[in-house]
Amino acid sequence: MARSTPESRRRRRVKAGFSVYYVIFFIFVYGPMFAMFTLSFQGPRGGVTFPMRGLSFFWWEKLAGPSAVGNLKASMVRSLILAVIVMVITALFSTMLAMAFRKRFRGSATLFYAVMSGLMVPGTLLSLGLATLLRQVGIPPNWWSSGLAVHVVWTLPFGFLVMMAVFNRFDARLEEAARDMGADEWTVFKEITLPLILPGIVAAGLFGFTLSYDEFARTTLLSGALNTLPLDINASLTQRVQPTLFALGTASTIFSLLMIGIFIVIYTILYRRSH
Amino acid sequence: MRTTTSPSAGLNSLTPRRFSTLANVSTPPAFQAGGVFVYDWRVTTVENYAKLTDTATPRGLLGAAPVAPTEVDAKRKYRREPGFPVPILIAPATLWLTVFLFLPLFSIFIFSFWKATGHGMTPAFTFENYRAFFASEGFFDPSKSDFLTPSIFIRTLWSTFRFTLTVMGICLILAYPLAYFLSMQVENFKWQLALFLFVMVPFWTSYLIRAVAWLPMLGRQGLINEFLVTIGAIDEPLSFFLYSEFSYIMALVQLYVVLAVGPIFFSLAKIDRTLLEAARDMGATPFQIFREIIMPLSLPGVAIGMIFIFVMLMGEFATAVVVYGGKTSTTGTVILSYYSTANYPFAAVNAFMLMVAMMIGVVFILRLVDIRKEL
Repeated sequence: MARSTPESRRRRRVKAGFSVYYVIFFIFVYGPMFAMFTLSFQGPRGGVTFPMRGLSFFWWEKLAGPSAVGNLKASMVRSLILAVIVMVITALFSTMLAMAFRKRFRGSATLFYAVMSGLMVPGTLLSLGLATLLRQVGIPPNWWSSGLAVHVVWTLPFGFLVMMAVFNRFDARLEEAARDMGADEWTVFKEITLPLILPGIVAAGLFGFTLSYDEFARTTLLSGALNTLPLDINASLTQRVQPTLFALGTASTIFSLLMIGIFIVIYTILYRRSH
Repeated sequence: MRTTTSPSAGLNSLTPRRFSTLANVSTPPAFQAGGVFVYDWRVTTVENYAKLTDTATPRGLLGAAPVAPTEVDAKRKYRREPGFPVPILIAPATLWLTVFLFLPLFSIFIFSFWKATGHGMTPAFTFENYRAFFASEGFFDPSKSDFLTPSIFIRTLWSTFRFTLTVMGICLILAYPLAYFLSMQVENFKWQLALFLFVMVPFWTSYLIRAVAWLPMLGRQGLINEFLVTIGAIDEPLSFFLYSEFSYIMALVQLYVVLAVGPIFFSLAKIDRTLLEAARDMGATPFQIFREIIMPLSLPGVAIGMIFIFVMLMGEFATAVVVYGGKTSTTGTVILSYYSTANYPFAAVNAFMLMVAMMIGVVFILRLVDIRKEL
C-alpha cells in the first residue's frame, strides 16, 4: 500500500473533511434533543432555557403526578395499545402484499402506487377527509377505529418496502425444493418461507410500532374524545411551556429509543438464527 | 386412475405411447403423421375428453390422434402458480386502502361542492366555495383596491409552496454530502450501517418533541445566543432566533432532513463500484466521476427523498405553532381552522387545492425518474 502518494493523501483529506461534516450534522440532529434532556433536570425555580438553576427531579415528579394536561398515563397506554395493533396489522398486510408482488398479476403497478400513496398523502388531508366523511355518515371517530385506520395507511408503505426488499433477496429454490418433495402451500410457508422472512417481518413491525406511537398529524381530527400521547403533547404546547414538557419529551424519546433497541436485538437474533 | 368404461381401460395412460390406429376410431388426418401421445391429466376417458374439447372425435388417447403440442401449452397457462393465490393476498390491504385512503380523499373533492350551513354542510353542487377560494371581495371590481389581487388563500398556498421549496433545497444540500460520505467514504459495512442508523433514529422518535427541543436552543437565552456571546461574535443576545422564519426553517430542516438521507444513501450504495474504478483507470478526475456517473445514478434516490419531503412540508401545520408562535399560516393551518369552525366545505376546497398543488409537484418530480424501476 503506497500510503504517501499525493492521491492517497488527497483522499484521506477528503475523508477527514466529510467526517467533520458528519459530526456537525450529528450535532445538528441531536443537539436540541440533548439540550432538552438536560433541561428536564432543571431546578424548581428554573425555566425552559439555560442556565440551569440547580439540578433536580422536580419536573419529573410533576410529570408523574396529576398533571394539568390531562391524564398522561392513560393517553400513553392508549398510544401503546394502538401502536401494537398497528404493528401487527402492518406486519401482516405488508407480508401478504409483498408475497403477492413476487408474482406478476394484473394491476400490480396500480396497487404499488396505491400503497405508496399512503406516504404521499399528508396527514392533514387524510385526517380531514375521513373526519368529515365519518361526521356525514354519523359514525363517531375513535382512536381505536378511525385512528387505527389512518395509522395503518401511513405505516403500511414502510413495511411493504421492507418486505419487498426481503423477497428481492429471497432464494425461491428453497420453496421449490419443498414443493417438489410434496409439501403443500401452508407447509412450505410455515417451514421454509416464514422462518426466513421473520427478521424482515420484525423490521416491518418496527416501522408500524414507532411511526404509529409518534403519529400526530393523522390523528388530530380522528382520535375522538380520548387523546393519544402526541395529541396530549400538542395540547400542552398551547399552554405556557414548562420544563415538565421537556421531561415528558425526554421520557417519550427514551421510550422510543428503547423500543428501537429491542426491535434491533430481536431482529439480530432472528437473523442469525435464519441465516 | 383406472376406468372400466373407456377404450383405454387397463392401460397405463401415464406413459406416452406410440401412435396406433384402431379400426373403430376415425382419426383426424392432421395428427396422423408424426403422432406421439401427449398425456393430459384431465383426459381420463373418451367421454371426458369429448366433453372437454367439445368435439365428436376423441383424440389424445391410445388408438386416437394425439393432442397437438400447442394445445397442451395453451392449457398449461392456466395451471395454478405456486404460492398463495394473489387475490387473497392483496384483498385485505386493498380494501383497507380503498375505504380509509381513497374514499376520504374522494369525499374531500365531493364535499368541496357542498354548502356550509354554519354547523355542518348539506349536499349541493355549488362553485361558491371555489369562488371564495380564488377571488376575494372586489376581485372583479376595477374600482376596488383588491382588483385582481389573488385571495389570501391562494397567497397562503403559494407561500406554503415557496417555503417548501426553500426547505427542500436546504435539506438536499445538507443530506447529499452526508449520504455520499456514508455510502462512498465509509468502507467498513458495519460502520456504514451504524453511522446510517444513528442519523436515521430521530425519524422513529416523536416529531413534536423534536420541534419542542428547539426552544432551549433558539431563545434569547438559548444555547446559540449564549455560544455567540461567549465567543464574542455578538455583544447582546439576538432575539430573532426564536419565533421567526429563521427558527421555522431551522426546525423544519432538522425534522425532515433525515427523510432525504435515507433514499439518497440507498441509491448511492447501489452504484456498481467497478464503474467508478473503470472511470478512474481511464483518467477521469474525481469531479468528472461525480458528474458523469455518481450524480446521474443517484438521481432516483434524490427524487424519492424530495417527493417525501415535499408532500410532508406541504401538509405541515404543527411546527409553525411551536417554533414560529403561530405567526404564520400554511394551507395546513387554514384547513384545520376552517374545520374547527365547522366550515367543512371550505376546508375541503383548501384541501383539494393543496392536493392539486402537491400532485403537480409530485408529477413534475416523477417525470424526472420512474421510481418503481429503482426498487
